[in-house]
Amino acid sequence: MKKIYGVLAGVLAMLAAVSFASAADPLTINGAGATFPYPLYSKWFYDYSNANPGVRFNYQSIGSGGGIKQITAGTVDFGATDAPMTEDGMKKLPGSILHIPTALGAVVPVYNLDGVPAGLKLTSDVLAGIYLGKITRWNDPKISELNKTVTMPNADIVVAHRSDGSGTTDIFTNYLTTVNTEWRAKVGRGPSVNWPVGIGGKGNEGVAGVVKQTPGAVGYVELAYAKQNKMKVALLRNKEGHFVAPTLEATSAAAAGMAKSMPEDFRVSLVDAPGKESWPISGLTWILVYKDQKDEARGKAMVQFLKWAIRDGQKMMAALDYAPLPKAVVEKVDKALKQISFKGKSLY
Amino acid sequence: MAARSGKNSRDLAFEKASAFFAFLVLFLAVLLFAVLLRESIPALRKFGAAFLVTGTWDPVLEKFGALPFIYGTLVSSFLAILIAVPLSVGAAIFIDEFAPKWLKTPVSFLAELLAAIPSVIYGLWGIFVLVPVLRDGVMKPVTKYLGWIPFFKGPVYGPSMLAAGVLLSIMIVPFILSVSREVLATVPQRQKEAVLSLGGTRWEMLRIVIGQHCIPGIFGATIIGLGRALGETMAVTMVIGNRPEALLSLFQPGYSMAAVIANEFTEAVGDVHLSSLVLIGLILFAMTFAVNLAAKWILTKMVARASRGI
Repeated sequence: MKKIYGVLAGVLAMLAAVSFASAADPLTINGAGATFPYPLYSKWFYDYSNANPGVRFNYQSIGSGGGIKQITAGTVDFGATDAPMTEDGMKKLPGSILHIPTALGAVVPVYNLDGVPAGLKLTSDVLAGIYLGKITRWNDPKISELNKTVTMPNADIVVAHRSDGSGTTDIFTNYLTTVNTEWRAKVGRGPSVNWPVGIGGKGNEGVAGVVKQTPGAVGYVELAYAKQNKMKVALLRNKEGHFVAPTLEATSAAAAGMAKSMPEDFRVSLVDAPGKESWPISGLTWILVYKDQKDEARGKAMVQFLKWAIRDGQKMMAALDYAPLPKAVVEKVDKALKQISFKGKSLY
Repeated sequence: MAARSGKNSRDLAFEKASAFFAFLVLFLAVLLFAVLLRESIPALRKFGAAFLVTGTWDPVLEKFGALPFIYGTLVSSFLAILIAVPLSVGAAIFIDEFAPKWLKTPVSFLAELLAAIPSVIYGLWGIFVLVPVLRDGVMKPVTKYLGWIPFFKGPVYGPSMLAAGVLLSIMIVPFILSVSREVLATVPQRQKEAVLSLGGTRWEMLRIVIGQHCIPGIFGATIIGLGRALGETMAVTMVIGNRPEALLSLFQPGYSMAAVIANEFTEAVGDVHLSSLVLIGLILFAMTFAVNLAAKWILTKMVARASRGI
């Protein structure tokens, strides 16, 4: 019995030592939200904390909806989302909030079709037709006339989409809503929608699983996911009539095309962006922070980190298959960061 | 004095403590129900009882109905029971009555090991092995020749109600199997010997023994399997196709209640959407509760009849 008490006392002493140490420990910034930028953010947090041992990050990738809920409730220092907040959502906030764009992502159509190489040409109307269930066979004249050099097989199109609510679906349906009036009237946009046809897969890996396992399947996944899994990706005709391949450059080009008309609050959609080289299904991902910070030290650390993220942070994107923000956008974001303040004093 | 009354203070303390834990369990169940009910009030107000029979699920327009999910959960679970019960009971009889000793242990061990595999592994195996095999080996030939039967109508995609049912059946076999074996083991050896000594064959012996003794137990085992099938989430969502439509054909994709909650809960932004998902959870809760209650009732009747028969 005495032995047990001895051990217990030892453990307690150790716990006490640990908690004392943590009192002098680095500042921990808490965040929650989108899963799409999670690989990038964890790399950023790791590298930034190594260079600045005074700050640490704790990020929970619970989804964009969760991130918005948490920042609204004020349980985290920052939220992260793939879809900008709605007007209704912003009315519920206790203070005014900034959408800070951090990176760009692209959603790409992938397919599994024997005898048809990567680079199948599609237009917005054909893609919408397939997802509306109006184009049901691969040798439909609407597809064949775009791809005259390939013999399209006489096979059923199996449509795959995400079954879980996700920012990827939001960008994809936002694109279809923007370019196709019938889609807008019948389905609309959102992290989950009422799909007219198709089968649902859970996550990028679920959609990729359906596409890889089913001959004749078409689906949509994040660019990084398609690249890493060497899936066949389609070309899309963009707003200016050019067929473009989904690449990081084409994604950045979409943001550059929108830079001029970028609103001050950055709540903008990049789908169907102008520019010859722009990939049409691109989107921004944002970090949400309150303009008025309640804690000077934490607010300061947050601003310092964001300054770093839009400068040095942008350099490590390509390795992780995210597209960096174009220069014009970085300059705009930098200005916006000056609005973050503590009791009226800018923390920049 | 205390000793004479049969209750000393330690006994009393123990009794109170165990009673406390028993009520704690009860309290948790009530709390669970209460929270589900409270959170589903917005959806209940908006849709009312129509929620149960509406087939639309549109998060954009915020129109929700649970019919396809209730249908999918019931159909996939009953399909699983239909496949798993004969399989498990047959295997249990073989292991206990016919299998040579050297085979008994490894077969029963491996069958029970199936219960220890995480459901996400079943799901992955389902996507990469079961679904392609069912699609090319079962669904395609069957639609070709029997496609006129509504249950087997094409087109064939792969992920489907059938795939979910088959996968679930494999997952619940170990539960039904091990309970069935326990039930078979309760038959007195003398009774079996009595049938054999009267010149009965092994088949007759099993028929009489199982008919007399084991039906209630096997029914109980089936209910345990059904309970697990109704609530299974991960494996089902990976193979069922996640399409909110109640279709008669087993080859078409469907959806289940647990799957839609898991899929959409994290990104449900609208209040009505979130509340509708909680309401589906409440219905699932009520459904499993009703299944267990009905099973208990039937079981009591069966046991009463079985004991009268002897």
